[in-house]
Amino acid sequence: MNTNSLWMSGNEAIAMAAYEAGVKVASGYPGTPSTEIMENLSKYEGVYTEWAPNEKVGLEVAIGASFAGVRALATMKHVGMNVAADPLFTVSYTGVRGGLVIITADDPEMHSSQNEQDNRNYAYAAKLPMLEPSDPAEAKKMLKEAFELSERLDTPVLFRITTRISHVKGIVEKGEMMHSQAECGIEKSPAKFVMLPALARNRRKVVEERMIELTTIAENGEYNRIEEGDTKRGFITSGVSYLYVKEAFPEAAVLKLGMCWPLPENEIKAFAATVDELFVVEELDPFLEHHIKAMGVACRGKDCIPNQGELNTAIVRASIDPDSVAELFPPADLPMRPPNMCAGCPHRGVFFNLSKMKDVFVSGDIGCYTLGFLPPLSAMDSCVCMGASVTIAHGMSKALGDAGKGKLISVIGDSTFMHTGINGLINSIYNDSNSVLVILDNRITAMTGQQNNPASGCNIKGEAANAINIEKLCEAVGVKHVEVVNPHDINACKTALKKALELDEYAVVISRAPCVLLPEIKNAENIPYLTATENCSGCKACVKLGCPAISWTPMTPEDAVAKGYKEKQKGYAVINEVQCNGCGQCFALCKFDAINRKGE
Amino acid sequence: MAATGNILFSGVGGQGILLASEITAYALLSAGYDAKKSEVHGMAQRGGSVTAQLRYGDKVYSPLIEPGKADILISFELMETARYLPYLHKESKVIVNTQQIKPPAVANGQIDYPVNALDSITDHGIKVVRVDAFDIARDAGEVKAANVVMVGAMSTFLPMGVAVYEEIINTRVPERFREVNLKAFAAGRKITD
Repeated sequence: MNTNSLWMSGNEAIAMAAYEAGVKVASGYPGTPSTEIMENLSKYEGVYTEWAPNEKVGLEVAIGASFAGVRALATMKHVGMNVAADPLFTVSYTGVRGGLVIITADDPEMHSSQNEQDNRNYAYAAKLPMLEPSDPAEAKKMLKEAFELSERLDTPVLFRITTRISHVKGIVEKGEMMHSQAECGIEKSPAKFVMLPALARNRRKVVEERMIELTTIAENGEYNRIEEGDTKRGFITSGVSYLYVKEAFPEAAVLKLGMCWPLPENEIKAFAATVDELFVVEELDPFLEHHIKAMGVACRGKDCIPNQGELNTAIVRASIDPDSVAELFPPADLPMRPPNMCAGCPHRGVFFNLSKMKDVFVSGDIGCYTLGFLPPLSAMDSCVCMGASVTIAHGMSKALGDAGKGKLISVIGDSTFMHTGINGLINSIYNDSNSVLVILDNRITAMTGQQNNPASGCNIKGEAANAINIEKLCEAVGVKHVEVVNPHDINACKTALKKALELDEYAVVISRAPCVLLPEIKNAENIPYLTATENCSGCKACVKLGCPAISWTPMTPEDAVAKGYKEKQKGYAVINEVQCNGCGQCFALCKFDAINRKGE
Repeated sequence: MAATGNILFSGVGGQGILLASEITAYALLSAGYDAKKSEVHGMAQRGGSVTAQLRYGDKVYSPLIEPGKADILISFELMETARYLPYLHKESKVIVNTQQIKPPAVANGQIDYPVNALDSITDHGIKVVRVDAFDIARDAGEVKAANVVMVGAMSTFLPMGVAVYEEIINTRVPERFREVNLKAFAAGRKITD
């Protein structure tokens, strides 16, 4: 590694590239695996960064900055692009002033997502160029090129990365600073920026002309390259799949597409003509394969390579050469270790109570609290997308009528409520829903790693910011019953939920306690609870919380007698003092004086 | 071209796997290797099984280790070691922190912890180095340095000398933790030296 080299993740490299490219405004909503791009970019001087409440807002902010003549960036995870799709399809028509790049971070394998959609399809559908790097070093280089391309062709540029680019570290080179060719200022260009039908029809033509120009660029080899090699088998590939092809078939001829849309038809045909058999290797959809086949080029792809999950070197090799598969040691039979809500997580107090309401349908949402689905709480009955908890419960209430009364609860986090929950709430009030909304306000966007949101009171840099008051917002849209509870107070939480369900009107319960991973909570003096195991009756009330700090020690009848318990007691609970965050939920549940705060 | 070396780090979210893999990566880079490392963030970090995959060589393409190709498995939790058995080959080196962290089904009392989980590895004739990293780290002055004890224990299987690691701990670890991490590294290294 030389002095100009850095060891960086793809997301860190992209943030640095955005800074070097002269980006002045960047907006996004956190979402794995995209989050660290904005987090890192916020640390550079001279770049305005913000967390937007959702991806549509974030993209529109970036569009505004581009219209004002500065380079702008919008970041999102793959599903965020669905939310941002409305402005996306029309900014394709308006084009840009300052360079505009939109990053979509896809999550093949669904490491931290609810689906694994392939956002290359957006490039085709929105008629936009898409660049796709293979590793952090290339991501850095390519993002800067994306801004140049954006200004040169008057087009937003889509930039697709995946988990194995975002969260892979590699050697990255520092680069030169660049700046926008546009001038910052107000410039009125209604024919370009006002997309009402007559004007949009003109821009529609421009889009097609631009696509022809982009195809020429793709043909010229600026982003795509042929790596000569053995022509018995040739490979067309892009993104991280390129790396797997290079390892699985190091001798083979490869056409590496850095621009995965539009495609260089002539180059593809010429390459195909040089090889005996052509394989298209890509993760998820047969995107390249379908377009290549539509060119009349024979190739193989998803007939042998999986269209689900991530690829890797072994999968690529085995798909194409089934005989090459080496025998592996068989997997050991082990208990699963799924993720869990943290010790002291405030969400647990709500889900523990919901777990007791067996006839209630819990319409869930996206966040740490989706883990309320897992045993032992098992208290979530649906989870579709950001904000859908509110609207699905309303839809069910309309379908069920009186049969749904007192049986429908939607559960949403503060950040997700800000994202797309508010619109659903407005609809629930407007159309007179008969359900209960629980807002889990832990003051932070927790699952993605503690990002501030409009209700947090801090901006992306951690500086004080205006905080949206959730209860006043609910009251303002017309909710008559809003109650705030402390979820650690299990019994008060139960009372509030029951009362809300019994009401004849729409009700909101705000469960309010900060995330235990917030630095001010994590670093505060914590007095843990301890088990007085001699008092434990083995009732398991605390164990049923599913808290990682509480574990069950089983006993045989002989053990039980030897330790002074009743012979039939099957075990006792123990709190791990190091893991306990002192929330007191287990204390509230224990009826046998077997749990007490340390020192009390 | 020398073959690419593959190091698989495994354990449970929150055990310091990222720092351990970073120290190792910087040591390999100092020695002039190309390297790539893959991590999983987001949902997977909430107390679930986690891995970091580190690959090094003259030129590394893929960031992912192929099953059957891990040269070193460094595991921070006992049963998590066995989860990655399909990644091992006959000559793999396996280093295990013997700490046990109960998964939910064990903590709930539904099943017992698989205390003999390492047998599934040794049954195939693969040697396993067991390290009581917590006790060693406590003796060095800080239980949280257990991850650096593990890096020390692994260091004898890699082509870099002690000085490279010491330099990295001195430059990458906050000053107040340096001393204890240097001690933890040395104590770990002694186990396999």
